[in-house]
Amino acid sequence: MSAGLHRFTVLQRLLHWVMAVCILAMLFIGVGMVSTVMPKYLTLVSIHKPLGAAILVLALIRLAVRLRYGAPPLPADLPAPMKLAAIGSHYALYALMIAMPLLGWGMLSAGAYPVVLYAGWHLPAILPQSDSLHTLLWNAHFYLAFAFFALILLHVAAALFHALVRRDGVFQTMASVAIDDQLTPAQRGHQPA
Amino acid sequence: MLELRRSGALWSLALIAIIVGIACAAFAYTAGWVSPDRLTPGKLVEAFAPPAGPALGHRRNHAKGICFTGVFEANGAGSELSVAPVFVRGQYPVVGRFNLGTADANAPDATVRVRGLGISISTPDGQEWRSAMVNPPIFPVSTPQAFYELLLASGSKDPDAIKTFAAAHPEFAGFADWAGSASWARSYAEEQFNSLNSFVFIDKSGAEHVVRWSLLPAAQPVAISPDELAKLGPDFLEQEITQRVATAPQRWTMVVTVANPGDPTADPTKRWPDDRRKIEVGTLTAERVEAERDGPCRDINFDPTVLPSGMRTSDDPFPAARSAAYAKSYDLRTAEAKDYPRTVTGGNR
Repeated sequence: MSAGLHRFTVLQRLLHWVMAVCILAMLFIGVGMVSTVMPKYLTLVSIHKPLGAAILVLALIRLAVRLRYGAPPLPADLPAPMKLAAIGSHYALYALMIAMPLLGWGMLSAGAYPVVLYAGWHLPAILPQSDSLHTLLWNAHFYLAFAFFALILLHVAAALFHALVRRDGVFQTMASVAIDDQLTPAQRGHQPA
Repeated sequence: MLELRRSGALWSLALIAIIVGIACAAFAYTAGWVSPDRLTPGKLVEAFAPPAGPALGHRRNHAKGICFTGVFEANGAGSELSVAPVFVRGQYPVVGRFNLGTADANAPDATVRVRGLGISISTPDGQEWRSAMVNPPIFPVSTPQAFYELLLASGSKDPDAIKTFAAAHPEFAGFADWAGSASWARSYAEEQFNSLNSFVFIDKSGAEHVVRWSLLPAAQPVAISPDELAKLGPDFLEQEITQRVATAPQRWTMVVTVANPGDPTADPTKRWPDDRRKIEVGTLTAERVEAERDGPCRDINFDPTVLPSGMRTSDDPFPAARSAAYAKSYDLRTAEAKDYPRTVTGGNR
């Protein structure tokens, strides 16, 4: 483990946890709203759209911040397959955070629905009306939502594996509430002698 | 020491599995996968399907219809009730659809009791007001759950199913009376179309008014019996409205009725007393009729919850149920476009 192991910046950690709450809420709202015809359907849809727009904005900010500040290195002793999984899953998470709201927006545009975020506030259509596009984007939005949820579970399981089993400090790079972005020796985990 | 660590790791792995398992269970519950009794949009839409299956590529209900375009001319009076831009004096373009309340896209006109009119009015600021109205003065049932049960009873092989349903739902009698006794009109242009559901209008002081609305035909209704209508042909209504509008634009006056405090706003089986305040807010004019197959209304979902600012849904539970079911129907039929092919080449609009 390198001596210079540090945390994600405070801004990155803040974005991560705010978005974690938003995205989990979004996935539960999405899967819940399409399962009911009760009045809560409209309430859930009215949250789903502006929350999706907010996640898109946050994801773009987060991508810029990530490109600017990077990420702490993974432990040197992490087996290569796990390293590959860690890097690959993060690319996929970023892709989904940005793609899902765009797919939803495009799907509504292709369906000729006004994309109302809040009473009187709406987004412009980003695609022309088209039944084939609507179907394509609807399918993508629907199936990728389940893939997104599965990926988040994998992400949580991996984070807890780092925290509880490997105890290698990776969890602390994101979980800490400290303003400082340097890890203490204890947080870096027990070094093999 | 090593064993202790190993058993600690096992406990940790078990804890991770439990956390992931709980998340999966919560997701499955939210999605309704463990709640077979939940009334989902899919179940509601499926219940409309005739025994031979749904009309692929078509709306799952009100499947037979024809498009029109025209204008809504607001007279300005609606601004007293709502800040919606559509009530500001002026003319706004309309895409609409005359339709029959049947799941069969080829149903003969004389076999369908309920007729409908869907409209989408656009204002220059990009907002839309969509409304799907019907000709009965009241709805058959008070709740979406009861409506689902009515659909199941209608599709049941038990000859007494409707009788049993009516006995359990006394509110159904009002609609049954209308269906049995009201005269049939000879033209879409002679029908009065009603929102049935209540909505809330918000005025510029922020005050809210619970309203329903109707379109009153300018044309004088000519009564016709279902037998006489049958003799005119299975698609007479579409032929008639096409010719009629080609000859002269057809008009309806939009009248908004305002509820008094205490009126039954949540129950579309209950009429409001006749003395309630009524305001004429404008005129709908159908200027051009086009076949649905290549027409501008084909891929519009006349979802009654698409409302401009200054309007919102009320405590009436139906607009939410209709929105959920219409969306399901829309998702299904747009994916089935090959079963209802367009005739215009390159006309993938």
